[in-house]
Amino acid sequence: MDFDLSEEQRLLKESVEGLLKSSYDFDQRKKYSAENGGWSKAMWGKFAEQGLLGLPFAEADGGFGAGAVETMIVMEALGHALVVEPYLPTVVIAGGFLRHGASDAQKAAHVPGIIDGSKTFAFAQLEKNSRYDLGNVSTAAKAKGDGWIIDGEKFVVLNGEVADTLIVTARTKGGQTDRDGIGVFLVPRDAKGVTVKGYPTQDGLRAADITFTGVEVGADAAIGDPANGLPLIERVVDEARTALCAEAVGAMDESLKVTVEYIKTRKQFGVPIGSFQSLQHRAADMFVFTEQARSMAMLATMASDFDDARERASSVAAAKVQIGKSGRFVGQQSIQLHGGIGMTMEAAIGHYFKRLAVIETTFGDTDYHLRRVGDAGGLI
Amino acid sequence: MDLSLTKEELAFRDEVRAFFRDNLPPATRKKLEENRHTSKEDMVEWSRILNKKGWAVPHWPVEWGGTGWDTVKQYIFLEELQATPAPPMLPFGVNMVAPVIYTFGNEEQKKHYLPRIANLDDWWCQGFSEPGSGSDLASLKTKAERKGDKYIVNGQKTWTTLGQYADWIFCLVRTDPAAKKQEGISFLLIDMKTKGITIRPIVTIDGGREVNEVFFDDVEVPVENLVGQENKGWDYAKFLLGNERTNIARVGMSKERLRRLKLLAAETRDGAGSLIDDPGFRERIASVEVELKALELTQMRVVANEGKHGKGKPDPASSVLKIKGSEIQQTLTELMLDAVGPFAVPYDLHGDDNSNETMDWTAQIAPTYFNYRKVSIYGGSNEIQRNIIAKAVLGL
Repeated sequence: MDFDLSEEQRLLKESVEGLLKSSYDFDQRKKYSAENGGWSKAMWGKFAEQGLLGLPFAEADGGFGAGAVETMIVMEALGHALVVEPYLPTVVIAGGFLRHGASDAQKAAHVPGIIDGSKTFAFAQLEKNSRYDLGNVSTAAKAKGDGWIIDGEKFVVLNGEVADTLIVTARTKGGQTDRDGIGVFLVPRDAKGVTVKGYPTQDGLRAADITFTGVEVGADAAIGDPANGLPLIERVVDEARTALCAEAVGAMDESLKVTVEYIKTRKQFGVPIGSFQSLQHRAADMFVFTEQARSMAMLATMASDFDDARERASSVAAAKVQIGKSGRFVGQQSIQLHGGIGMTMEAAIGHYFKRLAVIETTFGDTDYHLRRVGDAGGLI
Repeated sequence: MDLSLTKEELAFRDEVRAFFRDNLPPATRKKLEENRHTSKEDMVEWSRILNKKGWAVPHWPVEWGGTGWDTVKQYIFLEELQATPAPPMLPFGVNMVAPVIYTFGNEEQKKHYLPRIANLDDWWCQGFSEPGSGSDLASLKTKAERKGDKYIVNGQKTWTTLGQYADWIFCLVRTDPAAKKQEGISFLLIDMKTKGITIRPIVTIDGGREVNEVFFDDVEVPVENLVGQENKGWDYAKFLLGNERTNIARVGMSKERLRRLKLLAAETRDGAGSLIDDPGFRERIASVEVELKALELTQMRVVANEGKHGKGKPDPASSVLKIKGSEIQQTLTELMLDAVGPFAVPYDLHGDDNSNETMDWTAQIAPTYFNYRKVSIYGGSNEIQRNIIAKAVLGL
């Protein structure tokens, strides 16, 4: 039982926090998100220089062989600074598919570009009627010769506008909700038949709706078994959820800090409003919610080492429940305690609130995961 | 970072679990499983079983009977105790007055009182709260005037838990009425058999006799019963209250109740099927289960931090334990109540000895729900806990 970081992990934390402190204040973030695709190439280059983009990859593949704790450290720091760069879709999600499911040739083709910062990825998974069900896939991948032809529509694809490669879930056989028959495919964003319609998201990032019309890809496009890709998808998405939990903890922690600072300095009736007990108790509850979220983000992170797959999945679902509840509470109270200023685009706090709201709807909300925990018979 | 217990810790857990299984009197265990009151005799019997094994006071210094376990082992021990379920050690002796005595008391006091506390030869109760001094404890008025080699104590204490069984009471008394309110308080040990002490029960909303009022009318207390220095009692009280950080979360107990809740919900049926299969009810259970898991992790963080960095600098997360621990305990009593539904209605009258064993155990569910409203009030109400977080953690 040990919740401390190792010396190396502590150094990683210091270095990523140091980088963001020097180059990621609220105004800088605004500039980065106004660049093409919604994020800064220069910043991404700095991430690469610091080795953040290669963290989870095996040393044999040119990475650092780091684990879930290192990803947690980075994601929490990204949450603190509200980073807009595509770390989640590229390093966590695409990286996850490549690490857990790809052939050596696929790794050789794609991992170096991630590590050196020259390539980014997007995960094209959500469909009109799939909601949070990863096994509900109507986009079709039909075999043609050695390769595949992909047809379908994907929505709210984060970083979909500028990603070099899309990771697409598509059905190779069976009915829309069958567990079997789902494949995972690497599709170049500029492939013939890919139509990308980009737009800004509520939380200041950019995403795209993407249509695939007779998109032809080769045999080497399929990651893992094209007839049974769902377990791989579930595993990678659980890692993405875990990473989001850590990001949310960073965002909550910062929201609490900013809010406490605000009520210490904002004066009404001749005194700082933080001297009023009703406000103090809300801030105290924000602290309680944040700490409970932190505990569960740690559980999800450490669950990646659990032997029992069911326990692992339940732990991540439970963490997402706690993050959802805590994120709602901390986000809403942050705005309330800021009063009018919290309602303005100018103040940073509203942007944390919005990011937390978006994390809630990503890869399953509180209700969805609560149902999963209940259906699995609980945790204890 | 690592969640798992070491091989040695796992072996220790198994040893503790086996000992509880083999040595806890089944009748006592059954009472706890059915939310019935354990008697004084049950508690004394169990304390002596533990003491004989050398496990009655694990957290004490080794020279006074402590086991020398690290914080993780102490945590495992308490978790297993609650999860069995076995009676908790009487907190007023082993967790409250004893640490004050072995930290601030003199040698005679240590030698006399500590072994008797460990063996539950003396049943202790707590004389802190007064009718006018609840959350604002330092405003207490019970006074002790020095006359020769005695203090003369006059005043009233209240909410004295299980005082009806007590041999001794430790009291905060005002010894300097002129001083600032925190500075004129002393810590006195008083024999409950002393002339001038009257005890009166307060019947709580569940019908139980758990708390009392204690009246002091010219009660003579020898000066050697003063702990530490005169007028320094507030420091000792703060030390005492700060001592029960991790225990208060009661994660093990809530886990045990959660298991029972699930069994109950599985057995509870109507025409539509079993209650555990009702999606609404199942999600309510899942919801508290997630909160409990989060609390367990938070508690483990606090325990691991104390183990590694000492108890001197408490983890800020520790203030979360009381608030969430009490809320979860209360939610579980609510869910139990909702699970039994109309069969919660029959009321089992308590005997004078606090027994309530004439009706089916489902009759104990509503009283437990009523009684557990206390857990967010005692030990520093949850509002006081929020004040502490606001001040000590957030700097407001």
